[in-house]
Amino acid sequence: MEDEVVLLDFWPSSFAMRVKIALGEKGIKYECKQEDLFNKSPLLLQMNPIHQKIPVLIHNGNPISESLIILQYIDKVWNHKSPLLPSDPYRRSQSVFWADYIDKKMYGIVRRIWMGKEDQEEAKEELMQCLKTLEGELGDKLYFGGESIGLVDVALVPFTTWFYTCERCGDFSIEAGCPKLVAWAKRCKENYQSVSDALPHPHQIYDYVLQLKKKLELA
Amino acid sequence: MAGEVVLLDFWASPFAMRAKLALSEKGIAYECKEQDLLNKGPLLLQANPVHKKIPVLIHNGRSICESLIIVRYIDEVWSHVSPLLPSDPYRRSQALFWADYVEKNIYDLGKRIYVVQEDQAEAKEKLIQCLKTLETELGDKLYFGGDGIGFVDVALLPFSTWFQTYETSGNFSIQESCPKLVAWVERCREKPSVSEALPHPQKIYDFYLLFKEALGVK
Repeated sequence: MEDEVVLLDFWPSSFAMRVKIALGEKGIKYECKQEDLFNKSPLLLQMNPIHQKIPVLIHNGNPISESLIILQYIDKVWNHKSPLLPSDPYRRSQSVFWADYIDKKMYGIVRRIWMGKEDQEEAKEELMQCLKTLEGELGDKLYFGGESIGLVDVALVPFTTWFYTCERCGDFSIEAGCPKLVAWAKRCKENYQSVSDALPHPHQIYDYVLQLKKKLELA
Repeated sequence: MAGEVVLLDFWASPFAMRAKLALSEKGIAYECKEQDLLNKGPLLLQANPVHKKIPVLIHNGRSICESLIIVRYIDEVWSHVSPLLPSDPYRRSQALFWADYVEKNIYDLGKRIYVVQEDQAEAKEKLIQCLKTLETELGDKLYFGGDGIGFVDVALLPFSTWFQTYETSGNFSIQESCPKLVAWVERCREKPSVSEALPHPQKIYDFYLLFKEALGVK
């Protein structure tokens, strides 16, 4: 039986990009359905009634929500190639720890930077601290996953499409503070088609945010 | 697989209780090191430099942090007894989802209730809604894990030790709104592995009264 795989998506979402990278890495054919987050479809509300958020992966009619949970599901089901998680329990726990760290920090900090309110300066500092911590974890490795990308790479790299937006809105340079991390992001995009296919151009994200700010009357 | 197991603990923490529940379910011997959270020691700061929080599991000298990650690690290393997560990928994803739902809601709502601020009423309503949603997920099953305790049971059960504190500080009854969930708590507590790992709610309430200021109650 052929698998039916559908992704409920929103193209600027870093969380949705994670799933697209994983599906690309595993060579999975899927249907991508774009959602309007200001006018959520009945399908989205039915498939993710609890959070009503994207991404949602629908595999043979069964929904899976929450991007890191989706990544781990994909990794388990399509385990024939490109493993995202190590098989050793300790190394696996460390991958999940750092993916969780990224989840706890990045979205909120990035949002506070592009929203441009009183807490922007604090958010900029927190971003640099967070990225420096991640640089420390990367160390001398090519990727967080070691010789090839893993869960942590997939969890983090989508946020790098938002760096240009942060820099423009916050008037600072991320590369100046975290050159290793910026180099890592470039390496991911250059060496992995699944990454370059999933990530929109940073300027597209910036244009989207400008429009969003107007809509939210934040411009 | 065996080897030295140490848990950096704080007895009243629902997050630490998750680790203790998992260790207890699996029958794993471990050394429990109570931490002073107002005066964190070098062992904790070294074992968890990123978050500086308990619980931390130290297994053969290596640290694992974040309670649900610890529970998963325990489940994977001691996989031969009392599995907490299903092996089926879809059922596993659902268990992770519901544990994440507990993670996203219960602690924060409970805290908003016991610190007794202006948003207490809203927090009470939301907590009841969340617990009702979890009741629906439990359905007719004995445990969230099915016939035995599973990952979601371990994630949620510790917060039941704080129910009396939420109820008393918020002047409401969880039993009234969520009798099925309270019945599930009682069913779990009948198991020796659970009653050994969890403190009595009265002790948690006494702790709350003693340490109100440190807990953020104005």
